[in-house]
Amino acid sequence: MDNLLSIVTFIPAVAALILLVFLRGDDEAANRNAKWLAMAATSMTFLVSLFILAEFDPNDTGFQFVEEAPWLLGLQYKMGVDGISVLFVMLTTFIMPLVIAASWNVTERVKEYMIAFLMLETLMLGVFMALDLVLFYLFFEAGLIPMFLIIGIWGGANRIYASFKFFLYTFLGSVLMLVAMVGMFAEAGTTDIEQLLIHQFDFETFSIAGVTIVGGLQTLLFLAFFASFAVKMPMWPVHTWLPDAHVQAPTAGSVVLAAILLKMGGYGFLRFSIPMFPVGAEVLTPLVLWMSAIAIVYTSLVALVQEDMKKLIAYSSVAHMGFVTMGIFAANQQGVDGAIFQMISHGFISGALFLCVGVIYDRMHTREIDAYGGLVNRMPAYALIFMLFTMANVGLPGTSGFVGEFLTLVAIFQVNTWVAAVATTGVIFSAAYALWLYRRVVMGDLIKESLRSITDMSPRERWIFAPLVAMTLLLGVYPALVLDITGPAVAALVSNYDTALAAAEAASQLASN
Amino acid sequence: MTSADLTLVLPEILLAVYAMVMLLVAVYTSKDGLASTLVWMTAGVMVALAAYIGVTGEGAKSAFNGMLMIDGFARFAKVTILLAAASVLIMSEGYMKSRDLLRFEYPLLVALSAVGMMVMVSAADLMALYMGLELQSLALYVVASLRRDSVKSTEAGLKYFVLGALSSGLLLYGASLVYGYAGTTLFSGIIETAQAGEVSLGLLFGLVFLMAGMAFKVSAVPFHMWTPDVYEGSPTPVTAFFATAPKVAAMGLFARVLHDAFGNAVSDWSQIVALLSVLSMFLGAVAAIGQTNIKRLMAFSSIAHMGYALMGLAAGTVLGVQAMLIYMAIYVTMNVGTFAFILMMEKDGQPVTDIAALNMYSKREPGKALAMLVLLFSLAGVPPMLGFFGKFYVLRAAYEADLAWLAIAGVVASVIGAYYYLRIVFYMYFGDENAEGLDSGGSTILWGFLMASAAVMVLGIANMFGVESAAAAAAATLVN
Repeated sequence: MDNLLSIVTFIPAVAALILLVFLRGDDEAANRNAKWLAMAATSMTFLVSLFILAEFDPNDTGFQFVEEAPWLLGLQYKMGVDGISVLFVMLTTFIMPLVIAASWNVTERVKEYMIAFLMLETLMLGVFMALDLVLFYLFFEAGLIPMFLIIGIWGGANRIYASFKFFLYTFLGSVLMLVAMVGMFAEAGTTDIEQLLIHQFDFETFSIAGVTIVGGLQTLLFLAFFASFAVKMPMWPVHTWLPDAHVQAPTAGSVVLAAILLKMGGYGFLRFSIPMFPVGAEVLTPLVLWMSAIAIVYTSLVALVQEDMKKLIAYSSVAHMGFVTMGIFAANQQGVDGAIFQMISHGFISGALFLCVGVIYDRMHTREIDAYGGLVNRMPAYALIFMLFTMANVGLPGTSGFVGEFLTLVAIFQVNTWVAAVATTGVIFSAAYALWLYRRVVMGDLIKESLRSITDMSPRERWIFAPLVAMTLLLGVYPALVLDITGPAVAALVSNYDTALAAAEAASQLASN
Repeated sequence: MTSADLTLVLPEILLAVYAMVMLLVAVYTSKDGLASTLVWMTAGVMVALAAYIGVTGEGAKSAFNGMLMIDGFARFAKVTILLAAASVLIMSEGYMKSRDLLRFEYPLLVALSAVGMMVMVSAADLMALYMGLELQSLALYVVASLRRDSVKSTEAGLKYFVLGALSSGLLLYGASLVYGYAGTTLFSGIIETAQAGEVSLGLLFGLVFLMAGMAFKVSAVPFHMWTPDVYEGSPTPVTAFFATAPKVAAMGLFARVLHDAFGNAVSDWSQIVALLSVLSMFLGAVAAIGQTNIKRLMAFSSIAHMGYALMGLAAGTVLGVQAMLIYMAIYVTMNVGTFAFILMMEKDGQPVTDIAALNMYSKREPGKALAMLVLLFSLAGVPPMLGFFGKFYVLRAAYEADLAWLAIAGVVASVIGAYYYLRIVFYMYFGDENAEGLDSGGSTILWGFLMASAAVMVLGIANMFGVESAAAAAAATLVN
């Protein structure tokens, strides 16, 4: 199949279009049809995407399954995957059917809900596959629209504020990237990512209005991309939109946000910032590393005092993303491997944790930690699953959470011991808030009157968790599943980065002689 | 005067003769009884002329001893103008008829102003420029106050007239200075005198006044004050007209003067245009935040959009003009759809302009709400809508002309501007359940325009329906 990637990307969009055009009415039957069609489309996307994984050759470090077609103004429609992006594609197609299944109880405007999620899947897949700058930007930004609607229409009490904040915050970050992209187009004369990866952007130090910019154009371009990806990631101190968005979004929206949308920032760093602007990246690495270290410690501490479960998990996400940026900017094999692994694993774990909150929220309609306690007495299965993911979130060996944190910490230790020392304390804090949350919600005696009749998970809910449990444990005991695929591509990325830096070094030496 | 000249301006002549003949016919027959027929006929004539202009004519030819220039640029602008005017005419018929506003003069005045606009974009001489501009403006002053018994409408007409006269005065003063210092009113003569680096002070003064006058016509800040009041006061179909065709004509005129007459002195005007652009973008974005009247909101939105179009012009390059033309074509298409939606905003048969009335519109009218959603995101410049590509082109033109600061200012303004478009989405989709809403239904014609416009915004991203290459060819004829 020549256009496998396009097929995978646009199956959900076609399903959304079918829902939009052909599904009429608002009754029970129409809602059921919408759900089943969305389920079928996302499952089919996952099945077809398995072909990508099966045919993917990890030892080829270039782009595979590439498809190209000319587009407006010298742009092009170009899609492809490599060892860095293929797993994100798989993560997306894997999570989406679970998300649809987790939304089975939605009663309000079901058709629109399913359309929004299906469009979102297409756009997310496009982000990870696009090999043209503007095409990437198109998918990257367009994803804001369905997410804005998901938070705004199906969200909680304060949903308006959260949706506007989400949209405008991320939009502001991205438009600077757009200007940088226009600049790259002008400098390199192409928007083809494959060619831009080879193109060497100017790194001659210059000064504008008295400010000396070390690394020149590369630093400026890096900063513009950084503005976008740091917000998307999100990194401290531009993370404040995330807790709001998470708390107000419906469960399925939170899952998508945590499991997939946050990964776009990390993916962007790996696809653009590090390989395209190595000099700029090197100049700003200390800043990024310290921002990550602060994020890990600070947001963990903030998570400790949260009273809302979703907010707690949201802050924990920010902390875990700190490990990701730290690993990426350590820029060695373990670091980048660890970062990708951490992102994939966090996709399963945080998605599952939000689903866990969703399970009890569906029953009690509150996310207050104080409203719960002693759930283990009535919900043993839930307690078991919640415990597994709490432990995975802490990074217990044997779960996938451990591998990513360990690899990134090993990597950063080689680069900057102080950052490593600070970040490691974050691991302890994460144990503190996660275990404390678990104790307050699940352990103890069931004394709250309102919880007396709470029921354990239904078979549907258990089945949703089954794949996530399996993946978390599988990756925990056999991380090579991921690392074998990413390894060669990451090795190439790291060696290109080192070569580029060495060349830049040599060039500046030559210039100073 | 040769027959060759007349052939070149055949579309203008036909439209003018048509308008005047029909005026006579209507006066001596059933007057307003003919109005509906005239609307459709005028729209038909305009579409036919647009097709004629689009299909025939090649290369650049000048007519009447260089007074008019019929080139690719003029053809592109004329086709856009005629199609926009025809669309708005068709859209206004139902609305005006049901409110007893439909006079037979209305379509004919629109046709006459279209003639003025066609002269504007072809003008290659200061006299022709002024003639076209005034023909256009006079017709517009009258249609602005079409609702004679409404205070707001007459106020709008008067305000437009007084400020328009002032701006014409500025422009005329500038033109006389330019004539004085260049010794000719022909653009082809002025461009010889106005060489980069050696533009005399008097010529520069003339240029500044000319630009002030034209900035008024495109409603660029700081010459924008009339726009919100006129948009609000005029009957909605007239507002729709103001927001589309005259804007294209004024931008076309702006580009024509700057490139044909002062094309060798780009560095002298580029910064002024950049300033107009950045001010318009920010004022348009910020001032609309507090608006609850959708017509005023669209006025500020159009000010902001003119800022982006001017960004292309500020680049002073072929790419810049191309970007401006593409931007205007997309802008007009978006606005036609948006105003079709606004025309359908009614409650108990009365027009409503408060955006709060759109509360939970998506529940009652999912199709229309979705189309409007697409248009709003397109207006905000969010991909994947076509509006994003308009912005992308002008940003690229600005960046390549070393105006990166302008590009950055533009995208920041677009984030601020996104807020008020999102606010309309907020009312349509996130509002309260129990609020009373607008009438459902609405005419099929308006519905068609809304849907077509939204569809263009989505489907256009494939190849822009060939507008991109047409604009490239048009821009190449203007900038040498």
